[in-house]
Amino acid sequence: MQEQNNGKLVLKLGAAAIGMFGFGFALVPLYEVFCDLTGLNGKTGGQYTEAESQQKNADRVVTIQFLANNNAGMPWEFRPVVRTMKVHPGEMNSTSFYVKNPAKTAITAQAVPSVTPFMAANYLHKTECFCFDQQRLDSGASMDMPLRFIIDSEIPEDVDTLTLSYTLFDITEQMQGQAATE
Amino acid sequence: MSAVIEEHHHDDHHHGPAKGIMRWVLTTNHKDIGTLYLWFSFAMFLLGGTFALVIRAELFQPGLQIVHPEFFNQMTTMHGLVMVFGAVMPAFVGLANWLIPMQIGAPDMALPRMNNYSFWILPFAFGMLALTLFSEAGAPNFGWTFYAPLSTEYAPPSVTYFIFAVHLMGISSIMGSINVIVTILNMRTPGMTLMQMPLFVWTWLITAYLLIAVMPVLAGVVTMMLMDIHFGTAFFSAGGGGDPVLFQHVFWFFGHPEVYIMILPAFGVVSAIIPTFARKKLFGYASMVYASASIAFLSFIVWAHHMFTVGMPLSGELYFMYATMLIAVPTGVKVFNWVATMWQGAMTFETPMLFAIAFVILFTIGGFSGLMLAIAPADFQYHDTYFVVAHFHYVLVPGSVFSIMAAVYYWIPKWTGNMYDETLGKTHFWLSFVGINITFFPQHFIGLAGMPRRIPDYALQFADYNMISSIGAFIFGFSQLLFLFIVIKTIRGGKPATAQVWDGAHGLEWTVPSPAPYHTFTTPEGVNLKEAHG
Amino acid sequence: MDKAKRSRWLVALSLLLSSSALYADWTVNMRKGVTEISEKVYDLHMIIFGVCVVIGILVFGAMIVSMLMHRKSLGVEPATFHENHKLEFIWTIIPIVILLVMAVPATQTLNAMYDAGNAEIDIEVRGYQWKWQYTYLNDDPTQEVKFMSSLLTPQDEIYNKAAKREHYLLDVDNELVIPVDTRVRFLVTAEDVIHSWWVPDFAIKRDAIPGFVHEAWTVAKKTGIYRGQCAELCGKDHGFMPVVVRVVEKDEYNTWLAEKQAEAAAVYEIVGKEWTQDELMAEGEAVYNRVCAACHQANGQGLPPAFPSLVGSPLITGPIEGHLDIVLNGKAGTAMQAFGAQLNAAEIAAVVTYERNAWGNNRGDSIQPREVNEMMAGQ
Repeated sequence: MQEQNNGKLVLKLGAAAIGMFGFGFALVPLYEVFCDLTGLNGKTGGQYTEAESQQKNADRVVTIQFLANNNAGMPWEFRPVVRTMKVHPGEMNSTSFYVKNPAKTAITAQAVPSVTPFMAANYLHKTECFCFDQQRLDSGASMDMPLRFIIDSEIPEDVDTLTLSYTLFDITEQMQGQAATE
Repeated sequence: MSAVIEEHHHDDHHHGPAKGIMRWVLTTNHKDIGTLYLWFSFAMFLLGGTFALVIRAELFQPGLQIVHPEFFNQMTTMHGLVMVFGAVMPAFVGLANWLIPMQIGAPDMALPRMNNYSFWILPFAFGMLALTLFSEAGAPNFGWTFYAPLSTEYAPPSVTYFIFAVHLMGISSIMGSINVIVTILNMRTPGMTLMQMPLFVWTWLITAYLLIAVMPVLAGVVTMMLMDIHFGTAFFSAGGGGDPVLFQHVFWFFGHPEVYIMILPAFGVVSAIIPTFARKKLFGYASMVYASASIAFLSFIVWAHHMFTVGMPLSGELYFMYATMLIAVPTGVKVFNWVATMWQGAMTFETPMLFAIAFVILFTIGGFSGLMLAIAPADFQYHDTYFVVAHFHYVLVPGSVFSIMAAVYYWIPKWTGNMYDETLGKTHFWLSFVGINITFFPQHFIGLAGMPRRIPDYALQFADYNMISSIGAFIFGFSQLLFLFIVIKTIRGGKPATAQVWDGAHGLEWTVPSPAPYHTFTTPEGVNLKEAHG
Repeated sequence: MDKAKRSRWLVALSLLLSSSALYADWTVNMRKGVTEISEKVYDLHMIIFGVCVVIGILVFGAMIVSMLMHRKSLGVEPATFHENHKLEFIWTIIPIVILLVMAVPATQTLNAMYDAGNAEIDIEVRGYQWKWQYTYLNDDPTQEVKFMSSLLTPQDEIYNKAAKREHYLLDVDNELVIPVDTRVRFLVTAEDVIHSWWVPDFAIKRDAIPGFVHEAWTVAKKTGIYRGQCAELCGKDHGFMPVVVRVVEKDEYNTWLAEKQAEAAAVYEIVGKEWTQDELMAEGEAVYNRVCAACHQANGQGLPPAFPSLVGSPLITGPIEGHLDIVLNGKAGTAMQAFGAQLNAAEIAAVVTYERNAWGNNRGDSIQPREVNEMMAGQ
């Protein structure tokens, strides 16, 4: 009688433990959803497609700064063509980032964007960004990578400067690894 | 060490234990397994303590004298891991094994075979972890909190063994907790309601639920690390679309409840000892239970107070600050209840009582610094300094560790049938008490003055207090050899203990003879429930 | 010295006796700092500390009274009470009230800290293993002042072969310079692992996280030199990457910045000229001791296996191009980083030349900054 009860309880508790193991992994997408909603980690969203719905607000000027950095081991030369822009919310803007691969081999890179202050992340809409795709440069090659964006006309009043930073990661090895497994 | 215990068991000719080493390997007896856990924990306490002394020796003076920074980092990491997972947690499991069945009138743990497995996993886990010290690139060096990417992309190869060891510890803990819960819920002697259980059983029940809830999350986070390192995923690497801060969120979702896993059973121990030596019933039993439960609940919703500096939005900072401050309320209730228990009692101050009173005072000091750390704007100055080191050592060493020592002195007459040497016990207490305060009190000052934690060398203005702190650490460290001596001496002989041992002691474990027979409460008829809550 | 030491011991002792001395000496208490925020944080710290002291006196006082009066040896009989709902209610409510009161100034201070306004100067702070890089953002990214700030304390002081000077471990080669009474915004990020940029006198501690940028800001009210350290374990030399900020008058800042900009231009010239072997060796030794010696040690012997010896190693005996490649681009899977972005061509040429000719390596070859530049451009 008691043995049976024990067995049931053990099963329940074991299931709870396994469930919590799964919950640990579920925290990953939960975190992402949470970040999307709140801009918690300053990650920006994907491609923005509702550019038409934006109303230009000519009275307000917001300063946007661009930072470009390499992660450890990334040899590319990487810099924004302009450091800052003064833009009106709701207006379409474009700029570009210069990259050059000085290494002896071709390198594939992924740019990772980050916005500060975080609360501004949800108000920065990119219609075109080199960070949506991987970028590949042959040895010695260079290019200007385009960025087109709109600052949401609803951006809170107290944000007057926002910083958009890109970090370039060398993902050549991962790409080769994936190619090899495919 | 096991030889010593064997000898003792040969001395008393009770029925039961098999002969030889296989008794310990194959045992399913809760008392044997409790003993194994306690000895294992003590061995780990000495190992982790040795690492701590290497750290304090290097920090005795500014400049690098003894170890290189790389090895220093391995020492801080291994010290933390061994003390948290090897010393404190198994010690409480050992106490649970010895005491829970005896306190609820059960013949044994509910799942004796699994009990054996959950212990024997541990030596392998920690053996593997310790062996990484001898590997070419050295042991884990990224701190016991192992923040990514230092612990993933930048980790030494031994990180894989570390991950495997953490998995094993997790499995052991989860099995142990399942056992505890099933025992408590299903094996109580007929007639004992939940609200009649001793507080140690209560706090362990809550702890076990915490363990089942968070150890799998820890297993999850190290599994993600493993996948990032070996299988090309990018949970924690920004380059692949992950986020290093995610690691911290998941880790502390485990880590904060873990803090209470290490302190709740201590609350239970102290709630048993203080009433005995005050000769007065525990004040506010029900509120103690509710306070423990609310601390456990709150521990799930405050984790990011460990991360105030990662750059959370204002709303996040505010929420985690308020929630954290709330924990002071149930914790305060506990402290007030202990003081009220002492109030107008008729106290005597045997060694367990000394440790228990020191626990209340020093744990409260740790609680105060914890409250200060909860204030987010001030935490920007405290975070990752020696102030934090002082804080968590105050709650862990004179907190958890003192409670374990108090428990050993309190129950060892029941375990061995012999009284320990009171003079030696008190000497041990005073050496530990003085040593611990010399070690950790000055760390508040150097932390506030700006010394970061986990550094092998420091600026000259921190020199004096570091030297004092190191002296204290050596006093405390070597006093524990006296503890070892006292325990062995007690096992070998001493004044025979009565069944009740302490004249103010109440509870089922004091109704059986001392030493406790190999099998106790084999039938419900033998249980004197009235005595249980005298 | 001895006297000072003794008096500090006395201070320590008196501290243990009376907590009021805590107010006096900054070495045992939090620094008040030089910004409005840091002063607020300090006040908050003192309030909460005071609250804790008062509660502590009450609780510990009750315990001490109890321990003195309610002892069995005095022949007292234990009371029998074991609950009192009114009392329990009161000591649940009172802490809640205290906490609510505490939450008010804490929230205000936090709000003030997060009050992001327009800054006059923006500086990117980037953590590297194990140094900081500061970039003064400028509208033209090619004209920016950008430099590394690393530990100046020589290895000999750390390894006790030389006397430790003032600011031991808290001195850097290039300080961050900012003007007084000016709102400065820091954009904090990292190259490799997580670091934390901490200036106690500004009450700024910001984790530097690779791939993410976080901001912090300050308005320093007083000129002076303010020292801090990295506050997040970041590997071997976590304890050896101080943060030093020099706050100067606005005019002085402008002069300094102009000089720095001119220096940046001058580097182009230095790189263009032909260097003698002696010049390369002298510059190389300086660069080596500053940048390389932490791992490879001043004598080139390294700390194997993590940090290999450079004496007679295959790297040195092999062709100079391979050697240069490792210095420029690092070595994957090891602690060897890419220095191409951190050092200028002259420094790289010098350090490579030095490594090939120091400690009895005597390879006799050298490389010119111009060649390094060509190689970087033409790779």
